[in-house]
Amino acid sequence: MTMAQRQRQEAAPAGASFPDLRWFPPGTHITVRGLKKSFDGNPVYVGFDIDLPKGKIVSIFGPNGCGKSTFINMVAGLLPIDAGQILFEGKTIADTRIGYVFQNYREALFPWLRAIDNVHYPLRLMGIPKAERDRRIAELVAGFDLKFDLNRYPYQLSGGQQQTVSIMRSLVIEPEVLFLDEPFSALDYEMTLIMRDQLQKVLVARGVTTVLVSHDLEEAVYLADKVLMLTRRPSRIADYMDVDLPRPRDPSTLTDARFIELKARTLEVFQNAVRAS
Amino acid sequence: MQSARLSRYAWMAVGPLALFLVWYAVHLAGLVTPKLLPSPVRTLQSVWTHTTTGGMGADFLRTLWRTLQAFVIAAAFGVPIGIIIGASEKLYRSIEFLIDFFRSTPATAMFPLFMIIFGLGDFSKIAVAAFAAWLVVLFNVAYGVMNARQTRILAAKVMGASRARIFKDVMFYECLPQTFVGLRTAVSLALVVIVVAEMFIGSDDGLGKRIIDSQITFDLPQLYGTILVSGILGYGLNLIFLGLEKWLVHWSGRA
Repeated sequence: MTMAQRQRQEAAPAGASFPDLRWFPPGTHITVRGLKKSFDGNPVYVGFDIDLPKGKIVSIFGPNGCGKSTFINMVAGLLPIDAGQILFEGKTIADTRIGYVFQNYREALFPWLRAIDNVHYPLRLMGIPKAERDRRIAELVAGFDLKFDLNRYPYQLSGGQQQTVSIMRSLVIEPEVLFLDEPFSALDYEMTLIMRDQLQKVLVARGVTTVLVSHDLEEAVYLADKVLMLTRRPSRIADYMDVDLPRPRDPSTLTDARFIELKARTLEVFQNAVRAS
Repeated sequence: MQSARLSRYAWMAVGPLALFLVWYAVHLAGLVTPKLLPSPVRTLQSVWTHTTTGGMGADFLRTLWRTLQAFVIAAAFGVPIGIIIGASEKLYRSIEFLIDFFRSTPATAMFPLFMIIFGLGDFSKIAVAAFAAWLVVLFNVAYGVMNARQTRILAAKVMGASRARIFKDVMFYECLPQTFVGLRTAVSLALVVIVVAEMFIGSDDGLGKRIIDSQITFDLPQLYGTILVSGILGYGLNLIFLGLEKWLVHWSGRA
């Protein structure tokens, strides 16, 4: 058992029993029940429940320090939880294949490996032979519209290109769930627009369950099927809103009446959440 | 491109040439008595004759060989122990003072003690130099391990890497840039200590011995010449290590 698996197992409490066999609706991938977490006695989550849908993109948005990143890190098994239960279609995180994209791509990629070898790395950890790795990566690359050479080292690539490599590295293992922690916040606006569209294209094509933390309201709404709005600490659900905009969305969506309406609503919820402190 | 490079090298030659000319001018003008400052030409001649017939080349190699022995011992003990110390914050805290203390203690102050322990032979010189260099390697490696990017370790963890894989695939590379800083500093320090040891712990050969002999016989051209040759040795070692670093740790300072 790897250390990560062991940690995740420790993080997930050993089956509190829920008598109701159908206690979450069909189409749900991730169920969070009774989640508790505090830092140095400061409660961040005090009994938090949520269902995250399968094959959809959920973005999480809320005031600064409301525990957005804490939430996905707990769900991804990077941070131990104090109490509660997080299951992926009934499985614990240890039995779930996940991908994680960090905000700081510069510190997440391995600069001693070429970009292509960074993408190979998780497959090598899984013990997959070279020919099969090459085949999977070729298939993955086909879904991306790459305009740079993967044989370069990460530090020879631009920020957007590096984050693209990060995203490829997290998707190459065909994860059941993909976590992204403010993936574009270190990029300039022009690059952000390009990256959003690329990410949307790949995620929708692959139908992977995605949890995205964003500090940008526009981005949160633009990419998501559902927007989870959190309150200030201790975090509660301020709103859990469906985004019914058709896909594929493109920059013209940003001026679409429905988009503006949804964005206005999330902004209002956000402002209430900030004021309520 | 080519001419830019040439002009860069040309500018790099200006300083040394100017020094040479000033030295020559001072000598010609008789500003300093020739007894204390032989002409640069005379000095270079002395290097030439001593290298071809006087065994300066052998001394150079002896000093280089001793320095490398000390360096290898320092690296062989410094790198693994540094990794172990750096991996545990408690362990590091508990011996931080000792490392800093002995790092700050002049290595030359250890000569008599090492002479008592290891005798007057070659090994006692190498041992002092190795001890001093070892602390530098140790400190830098530990520092490199402690400052490994947490995100990279977390990234490997989330991809399912075992503890051993994280160590081999991430930690090792993460501390490599700082390790090289340590190795480069260590080899320079080892050379300093070896040359001083050759002067003051009885020695039959080596550049340090030659320097002391030149002083005793008042052979100033040879004294200046040997100092120059020692400089070339130190500079060359540093250059080689910088080259190795650039080649092996190509991402250093860029990621």
